[in-house]
Amino acid sequence: MEPRVAVGDYNRSTGDSTLYTTSQNPHVIRLLMGAFVLGIPEHKLRVVAPDVGGGFGSKIFHYAEEALCTFAAKALNRPVKWTCSRSEAFISDAHGRDHVTKIDLALDADNNFTAVRTETYANMGAYLSTFAPSVPTWLHGTLMAGNYKTPLVYVNVKAVFTNTVPVDAYRGAGRPEATYQLERVIDKAAIELGVDPIALRRQNFITEFPYATPVAVEYDTGDYVATMDKLEEMADLSGFEARLAESQAKGKLRGLGVNCYIEACGIAPSNLVGQLGARAGLYESATVRVNATGGLVVMTGSHSHGQGHETSFAQVVADMIGIDENMVEIVHGDTANTPMGMGTYGSRSLAVGGSAMVRATEKIIAKARKIAAHLMEAAEADIELKDGQFSVAGTDKSVAWGDVTLAAYVPHNYPLEEIEPGLEETAFYDPANFTYPSGAYACEVEVDPDTGKVTIERFSAADDFGNIVNPMIVSGQVHGGLAQGIGQALLEGCGYDENGQLLTGSFMDYAMPRASDVPFYSVDHSCQTPCTHNPLGVKGCGEAGAIGSPPSVVNAVVDALRRGGHDVTHVDMPLSPSRVWSAMQG
Amino acid sequence: MYTFDIERPSTVGDAVKLLSDSTESQPLGGGQTLIPTLKQRLAMPDRLVSLGGITEIQGISQDDGGALCIGGGVTHADVAAGAGAYAALAGLAGKIGDPAVRNRGTIGGSLANNDPSACYPSAVLASGATVVTNTREIAADDFFDGLFTTALEEGEIITEVRFAVPQKAAYMKFEQPASRFALVGVFVAKYADGVRVAVTGASEGGVFRWAEAEAALSTNFAASALDGLSLDGSGMISDLHGSGDYRAHLVAVMTRRAVEAA
Ligand SMILES: Cc1cc2nc3c(=O)[nH]c(=O)nc-3n(C[C@H](O)[C@H](O)[C@H](O)COP(=O)(O)OP(=O)(O)OC[C@H]3O[C@@H](n4cnc5c(N)ncnc54)[C@H](O)[C@@H]3O)c2cc1C
Repeated sequence: MEPRVAVGDYNRSTGDSTLYTTSQNPHVIRLLMGAFVLGIPEHKLRVVAPDVGGGFGSKIFHYAEEALCTFAAKALNRPVKWTCSRSEAFISDAHGRDHVTKIDLALDADNNFTAVRTETYANMGAYLSTFAPSVPTWLHGTLMAGNYKTPLVYVNVKAVFTNTVPVDAYRGAGRPEATYQLERVIDKAAIELGVDPIALRRQNFITEFPYATPVAVEYDTGDYVATMDKLEEMADLSGFEARLAESQAKGKLRGLGVNCYIEACGIAPSNLVGQLGARAGLYESATVRVNATGGLVVMTGSHSHGQGHETSFAQVVADMIGIDENMVEIVHGDTANTPMGMGTYGSRSLAVGGSAMVRATEKIIAKARKIAAHLMEAAEADIELKDGQFSVAGTDKSVAWGDVTLAAYVPHNYPLEEIEPGLEETAFYDPANFTYPSGAYACEVEVDPDTGKVTIERFSAADDFGNIVNPMIVSGQVHGGLAQGIGQALLEGCGYDENGQLLTGSFMDYAMPRASDVPFYSVDHSCQTPCTHNPLGVKGCGEAGAIGSPPSVVNAVVDALRRGGHDVTHVDMPLSPSRVWSAMQG
Repeated sequence: MYTFDIERPSTVGDAVKLLSDSTESQPLGGGQTLIPTLKQRLAMPDRLVSLGGITEIQGISQDDGGALCIGGGVTHADVAAGAGAYAALAGLAGKIGDPAVRNRGTIGGSLANNDPSACYPSAVLASGATVVTNTREIAADDFFDGLFTTALEEGEIITEVRFAVPQKAAYMKFEQPASRFALVGVFVAKYADGVRVAVTGASEGGVFRWAEAEAALSTNFAASALDGLSLDGSGMISDLHGSGDYRAHLVAVMTRRAVEAA
């Protein structure tokens, strides 16, 4: 949310440039700006992006102001700062979504999905932002199978230039668009066929894994039946009729909407995205430095701008060694003291960055085990690490973590001929596949038939994120994602006049969701099918809420209008009171 | 922001003097509208004359005739808390903006600004209130003059607003989803000599009285009296948040609800 800022600084004595910026991926900015814009080699350029106040995608991209400040600082030989005002943010930060899609769903006589076909025009804006074309293509087309075993999927996307602000990745990036189209057309099919929308979905679920979709990706694992079962329980579907009657007694319409989602995140296998046309590798990196007295510094190439890496990453490393989390410091956001990393987006931090950290920590433990074996004069194979103690299996011999780390830096009694002193390791991790979080969401709305105003009465989210490290952080991510998805469904939208002037240039006209616009959520992530290919078995949870929630909101409003006697099958987002009212007028 | 001078007079007389000398000056109430306007360079006075230190234009009282007298410098928060004698008015003030806006913004500033989506103008017009300035008393029906325009002369200060307290009244605001100003707001006030209905947010001409509704409600103060009454959408504001027809429709809905709530 916080507007962007950039400060350029230049050190005349060393010839080094430093850029402080609000970025989700400082290394990427250093490479793009250094190599492709200003011609500064990476060893003469440092990019610092400390704890940034939210990103949501819009701070992935390289912006002109970053290069201008860096350039001007050198030209003037003094620091140059630029602060974006909120109004400037509206017209210079990349926007999100903006697809025009026609989608067809074919079903056989038994209501099995036989084919999906989409034609999409994706707005790029007036010029290309850093990742713009990847959003409607490989982050969108590859998801069009959804949770369903539809054998044929055809996706045609035309990226078009217009005279709007550039459009690029925004929480979910491409996957919300895919989910929305599919989950809306399924509801439309259910209406036309007169069948229960949940039953129609269940009937077509993919149930065997791994599952190669017709659109280039292979889902490693999932259990869509389990999340739907969970959802049905949470959403209290059997109580709906009673709640409907209550709403009707107040003169309100009430509707129920359900949808599923699948996302490809933990992006991404470098070779796969390379084949799909990306010009970047999407590994992640970590350096684990163990200090002499046993504390650790984890330098991650991942970036934290509200995700809480400082907590969950520290938990993982502390657990692996069996020490207190306070002994682990997470460092991120500075190219000078972190290994080259790709940053945070695409729900990739724990799945990819965390995996790199696990690999580096494994190397640390392997080396520490060798040192412990030497100290206890035992065979390395007999050494066990538990609760911060190395012990020799079947004996009462043990040596503490801190004694081993001290020995690494004071190598008096140390196997110097076999291993080097010191305890610092780096790992780069390139995932074997995307991860595929999935889930089922239900939304219940009331609609005021006189004004078209929609209020969300209940929202339930059953997600499968694989293994979970910190349930509270996961819930928080889901809550935030849901608020954004609900915002997209009901409130948010950029408008332009016929001359291309942005009409929503301030919060007076751009409607942000506020606390009173969202309900108390019911969220659950107890359905867990661990990812099969990363060491933590995690799938990522950062974008799910934003990806999964818009269709259930719209499905619920359409359901409410239909129960209210209006022959409506679709209303375009955002479902503002005036749009919903217009839909009711026929 | 650009540089400007600020003066903080402690009497209306001094404020008027500062506003009438040769420097290009503007009164500053709570600054909730004026300061953003300055930031955007939509206004660039050389000097602001803050009314915040003038005690004469503070305070809420009732005069001998029972009218509620609110000083021109009274904040929305103070009206919300202190205008209990006129609950519909206090309720309106309590729903303007957010706490920060209510703690700074003033009734005088809101009326002088006459934003077509502001709440207070509907209360003033529906109550047939009197806007008192440093030079004269202006009847509500003569005060509002289209969008962002009023009968105030250059340098004239609103010192008080006098409301006759109605037998029944209510304000119904349908919020614009982004700004939470009134997409349509309707204030209905029933007095011994008739009912007044004032509408804000809707018309291209600013706040207005809905004569047909007033006539119908003056005969029978019940929502059913409004059956069949509607407004034409053609003179209504049409924007991103709603068409003229939608606003015209909302006026009828909000009027009905105001009558039910009164
Ligand atoms: C986020 C936000 C939300 C808001 N929501 C609402 C809402 O829901 N409903 C609503 O009605 N309003 C809303 N407002 C506007 C708010 O009520 C302002 O306070 C009001 O419009 C201006 O009052 P002010 O005292 O701040 O005046 P200022 O901004 O100081 O001045 C406005 C104008 O009035 C003049 N002026 C000020 N005081 C006097 C006086 N005593 N006599 C003569 N001229 C004077 C100034 O010179 C200036 O031209 C909102 C504002 C914000 C920022």
